[in-house]
Amino acid sequence: MMRHTISVLVNNQPGVLQRVSGLFGRRGYNIESITVGESEELGLSRMVIVTTGDENTLEQISKQLYKLIDVIKVVDLSANPMVARELALIKVNAEPAARPEILGIVETFRAAVVDIGPNSLIVQVVGDSDKIDAMVELLRPYGIRELSRTGATAMTRGSVR
Amino acid sequence: MNVETQQPKRSKEELMEKLRQPDHITGSEILLRSLLLEGVDCVFGYPGGAVLYIYDAMHGFSDFNHLLTRHEQGAIHAADGYARSTGKVGVCIATSGPGATNLVTGIATAYMDSVPLVVITGNVATNFIGTDAFQEADITGITMPITKHSYLVRDVNDLPRIIHEAFHIANSGRKGPVLIDIPKDVSAQKTIFEPVTGVSIRGYNPTVQPNKLQVDKLLKAIEEAERPVIIAGGGVVYADASEELIEFVNKTRIPITTTLLGLSGFPSAHELWLGMPGMHGTYAANTAIQNADLIISIGSRFDDRVTMRLDGFAPNVKKIAHIDVDPAEIGKNVKTDIPVVGDVKAVLEFANTKAKPAKSEAWIAQVQKNAAEFPLRYNDNNDELKPQFVIEMISETTGGEAIVTTDVGQHQMWAAQFYRFKNPRSLVTSGGLGTMGFGFPSAIGAQLGNPDKLVVSINGDGGVQMCAQELAICAINNIPVKVVIINNQVLGMVRQWQEIIYENRYSHIDLAGSPDFVKLAEAYGVKGLRATTKEEARKAWKEAMETPGPVVIDFVVPKGENVFPMVKAGDTISDMLMGDAE
Ligand SMILES: Cc1ncc(C[n+]2csc(CCOP(=O)(O)OP(=O)(O)O)c2C)c(N)n1
Repeated sequence: MMRHTISVLVNNQPGVLQRVSGLFGRRGYNIESITVGESEELGLSRMVIVTTGDENTLEQISKQLYKLIDVIKVVDLSANPMVARELALIKVNAEPAARPEILGIVETFRAAVVDIGPNSLIVQVVGDSDKIDAMVELLRPYGIRELSRTGATAMTRGSVR
Repeated sequence: MNVETQQPKRSKEELMEKLRQPDHITGSEILLRSLLLEGVDCVFGYPGGAVLYIYDAMHGFSDFNHLLTRHEQGAIHAADGYARSTGKVGVCIATSGPGATNLVTGIATAYMDSVPLVVITGNVATNFIGTDAFQEADITGITMPITKHSYLVRDVNDLPRIIHEAFHIANSGRKGPVLIDIPKDVSAQKTIFEPVTGVSIRGYNPTVQPNKLQVDKLLKAIEEAERPVIIAGGGVVYADASEELIEFVNKTRIPITTTLLGLSGFPSAHELWLGMPGMHGTYAANTAIQNADLIISIGSRFDDRVTMRLDGFAPNVKKIAHIDVDPAEIGKNVKTDIPVVGDVKAVLEFANTKAKPAKSEAWIAQVQKNAAEFPLRYNDNNDELKPQFVIEMISETTGGEAIVTTDVGQHQMWAAQFYRFKNPRSLVTSGGLGTMGFGFPSAIGAQLGNPDKLVVSINGDGGVQMCAQELAICAINNIPVKVVIINNQVLGMVRQWQEIIYENRYSHIDLAGSPDFVKLAEAYGVKGLRATTKEEARKAWKEAMETPGPVVIDFVVPKGENVFPMVKAGDTISDMLMGDAE
């Protein structure tokens, strides 16, 4: 089972997310993560979907997506060198005594502390999934109170289209 | 028919001229005008609170014909039968909530068989949407998986464009139902209406012309093949490509089998036609597929009723070519060596310019020998009235010229097996979804679309009871559909499975308590006839054919007759049960 990252350019219409995610659910395709936001063009949004499956499944996903009238372009980003990033906010227990250690980790990962409470910190980390997994693992021993990850957004490098 | 007496009072040109003038009108009037501009001549529907403005606009309106069915399911199947038999877009209207949800089975039926429909539903006013208001249902959400596309109209100014787009989407590329949900306030609001001309939908450009190199590959494969077979499906009919297909078969000399939906797309009388493949396919068709070295699917999607168990499908094939307008069908179920994306008609037109015969004469002799040795047959030794006899009788007396609609079950398979089709669009049947209740109302639509043709609706005694209320429509509009009931007193196809697969454990298949169908017809003011012997059958059918209006003919046949050949679900198509012929 391969992991694929696909980018789907869609009309920014009510119900589009439902159409796309419904298609995945109904046809038994996996969604590891899905992110949606504005694109470079007014009226169009870009969805980045991380999914798993063999080459045939990937081909079917792309063909079935194209059948949706609101889908304008489907690109398999993982077919080319790409940049994929997700963002996580991690609220971790941080009694004053533990803070220097935590800050050490945050610095090594080039993450940032974005909020400080009486006995907790919110750490913001941006990177590929592996980096965020690693960060979470390192912070886990301190006690993670809340974790929120965005799922990946991605694009191909350079001028490959 | 009443339809003819309701001719528009003004000429078509005058009307169109008037419609093209900009005007300050309501959403409802925009809808009606847009439908007329799309060439709609008949609409099936059922009113209710959310569409009252639309129905108000239709008051005294006679520029198209509106038929009030007795159930929304009747309306949508009628629209479907109209579309399948004419090639035009079928239109139906229902109110919000229960009206809209009553359409769901019909929308799914049309979606599975790629039938172009524009389905108009009302919805609660925009400020009520999402509040669980009275008769609110999220019909665009409910139908998302069973429509080609759908619209919820939030602004009356979008309405002309949306209707125009809906017709374009429904009837281009791979066809299908498109839903337009119109909130009540939108149908009431006024705006300046200017007809839309031309559509451009970014991201929607179905491929019509095929890649020529791919077609060349196909032609090369044909020249190299020794045992080629064509599997032709509904796509041939929908693309109006029958003539091109006949030419292609004549030029390449390839034996052909047609799926249930493809049946009318190729004449049953052609010497290279092998019948239908699959679960109830002929011995000749199924063995040809199992021995073929080249399979060419034309507008057919390798449905599991055709392929049966996939790992045993076509074990000797060297190459599979697949012609389809929907690229997503190619490679979905079977691995394809030569994909050809395009409109079937365009593909065949191009292929016909260069097609040469395959080296198939020995192969043709072999498949024809199979066809002669194992024809479709049934035990017809005594005077008992057999369902197959009824179908053969209808086929012979109509000369294959009627439009036949069927319901779902054994009678459907017998109609597929024993009716000899001549003309494209002369079979209207629910293939993909297998919807009981479809047969009779779809005949009403087919008749309205083809006022000069004989329309025969073949039903089981089970399915006909799912939409029998539409007899009212036939009666009051004098729609001369001949409603055949193959009355075996049971849910025959279910009984057959219970007999063969569940070891005669007959569970809930007895239809005792069914009405006297003759009296039922008469209760609606429709002529009813009954036959229980061959002799009576011939007489009743003759009378039905000579009767100008609608007729219900109850052919009482013994229960227990089974459809053969049969391939059990889970078996490969080589494992045919031949029944009496074994
Ligand atoms: C709406 C619906 N419900 C259930 C079925 C399952 N089904 C398929 S065939 C059949 C029996 C049909 O019986 P009848 O209408 O009497 O026709 P026959 O098979 O006897 O010709 C049933 C129940 C179906 N296809 N559609």
